[in-house]
Amino acid sequence: MASPAQGAVGSPAVGQGAAAESTTPTRRGTELWLLGFAAALVTGALMLVEANQEQTLTFRIVWYGLAFLALFGVAHVAVRRFAPYADPLILPCVAVLNGLGLVIIYRIDLALSERAIQAGREFNNDVPKQILWTTVALALLLAVLILIKDHRTLTKYSYTFGLAGLVLLALPAVLPGFIAPTINGAKIWLRVGPFSIQPGEFSKVLLLVFFAAFLVSKRDLFMAAGRRVLGIDLPRARDLGPVLFAWAMSLGVLVFQKDLGTSLLFYGTILVMLYVATERGVWVGIGVTLFVGGAFVAYKLFTHVQQRVANWFDPLATYNDIGGGYQIAQALFGLGTGGVGGTGLGAGRPDLVPLANTDFIVAAIGEELGFIGLAALLLIYAVLALRGMRSALAVRDTFGKLLGGGLSFLLIMQVFVVVGGVTKLIPMTGITAPFLSYGGSSLLANYILVALLLRISDAARRPQSGSRPRPVPQAPIAEAHTVMVERPS
Amino acid sequence: MQLTRAGFLALLWLFVLAALRVVRSDLYAASGLRVAVPGFRRSSEKKVRGKAPRQLVVTHGALQGTRITLDGRPIMMGRADDSTLVLDDDYASTRHARLSLRGTDWYVEDLGSTNGTYLDRAKVTQPLRVPLGVPIRIGKTVIELRS
Repeated sequence: MASPAQGAVGSPAVGQGAAAESTTPTRRGTELWLLGFAAALVTGALMLVEANQEQTLTFRIVWYGLAFLALFGVAHVAVRRFAPYADPLILPCVAVLNGLGLVIIYRIDLALSERAIQAGREFNNDVPKQILWTTVALALLLAVLILIKDHRTLTKYSYTFGLAGLVLLALPAVLPGFIAPTINGAKIWLRVGPFSIQPGEFSKVLLLVFFAAFLVSKRDLFMAAGRRVLGIDLPRARDLGPVLFAWAMSLGVLVFQKDLGTSLLFYGTILVMLYVATERGVWVGIGVTLFVGGAFVAYKLFTHVQQRVANWFDPLATYNDIGGGYQIAQALFGLGTGGVGGTGLGAGRPDLVPLANTDFIVAAIGEELGFIGLAALLLIYAVLALRGMRSALAVRDTFGKLLGGGLSFLLIMQVFVVVGGVTKLIPMTGITAPFLSYGGSSLLANYILVALLLRISDAARRPQSGSRPRPVPQAPIAEAHTVMVERPS
Repeated sequence: MQLTRAGFLALLWLFVLAALRVVRSDLYAASGLRVAVPGFRRSSEKKVRGKAPRQLVVTHGALQGTRITLDGRPIMMGRADDSTLVLDDDYASTRHARLSLRGTDWYVEDLGSTNGTYLDRAKVTQPLRVPLGVPIRIGKTVIELRS
């Protein structure tokens, strides 16, 4: 329960705060406790991997666990300092997902390096890079929390963000091949020195901020102006602009960069934000119609879309083709091997799936932790998105509501697209699982997303500073009781 | 081997349950503000009670010694019969001033009286927070809040 005692555990701000503040617990103690739990969980996972991979179990693992805890401890202190009323669940959920992701990436590294040694090839471990990215990402989280004191300041730069997002999105498509190489059939990377980054990951967040600010300023137009046709309120043609823009943009990404996942993500998120802003189902109707049309046209025009759909219908039929169903089939085999309880961490063969540590990390987790473990992981994602949505409900300004809702939806939509793809619910579209997958850009972008969510949840839970009156239930004045005491004479 | 496997899954679910427990604890405060749920709010208010004003006491004037228990409802003061504190005072207006609770603080507000309301020495022109024991003067009547 949210008893003040629990919130007061290790939160000195409560004790010395004014009377009004002490009624709202900051819950930072809960956050620290859950972070400790997360670190223990990750250390346990690492231990199991080491044991099952017949590595020598040394005291080193405990140090890794403590380092992990220290890393997130820094983030915790930053939250305590810069967003004291932020939601206590967001950071621990991210810590568990990121930590488990690191363990799985390490585990796949072990398997792949063994195979590389057998084949006499050089092998670069991915996990040190991912640890580096995690550190950078946490520093970025800190920077966002420090720089953005109030999420409403973002509205001032909305058009700048929108433009920057578009430029970043389009950059890999227009730049020549030696800077923006085509990897795995998609032209979405930029090569900067030894690193390759996906600018599209960042533009997701930037464009989301732009759309939230834009919709807040224009939403009356969508609501009011329009004609009634066949019993539904149709919006005016010129107000369709944002939908058409989103549609054109996602199609553009699809055409020029061959990145199905990102275009699906953009389109879905913008549609949901339109729906949230206007509360009108007709937008969803228009959006879905446009989507079906766009998908049909894309299917007819592009061979790589046709291939994905064919792989989705029957992965085994295209098992031996290049770019065929091999990957999805292997992922399904892995999930099947895992079954309900999984093979145990480090005891499966997740390395048989190509791209097991990025797009198909969910298959690796499903194999080693089974249905039970994967379900727990999906629930952690759900809790994360739930807390974001709840903050969006509780925050007082419209921009914050829209941005919080949009960010949470973006997060859960990524999970849906990647898990749906791996489990053959929808065609595989190749995007990373947030926080789990190997990939610096995705990690950084998702940490920015989380920092914004923390900021919004801080604004939502922060007690009001008395400038706005709280409505007091008005009783009839005649009923207000007066106690008369005899006048001393 | 089997034991560690099951143990880790149990630990993972324990984390989920711990997270859901925190979620559950916030159900009562869906708007981010504390909602008055009986038994839920009591415990949190007790700590504050020591300093919170509980009574309005008339210290000078015709009604000297009158005490009104503060229960969160606004208190109207003036010559009107339906006022909470009916002032029989030539210098008071029909609806003179109002005390109301905002958050945990009481605010005094002048309702356009002829002769004005004074908090300590300052004329009340906008809602002002009333600290404990600071006199509010309405005509010949002086009131203050006490805990």
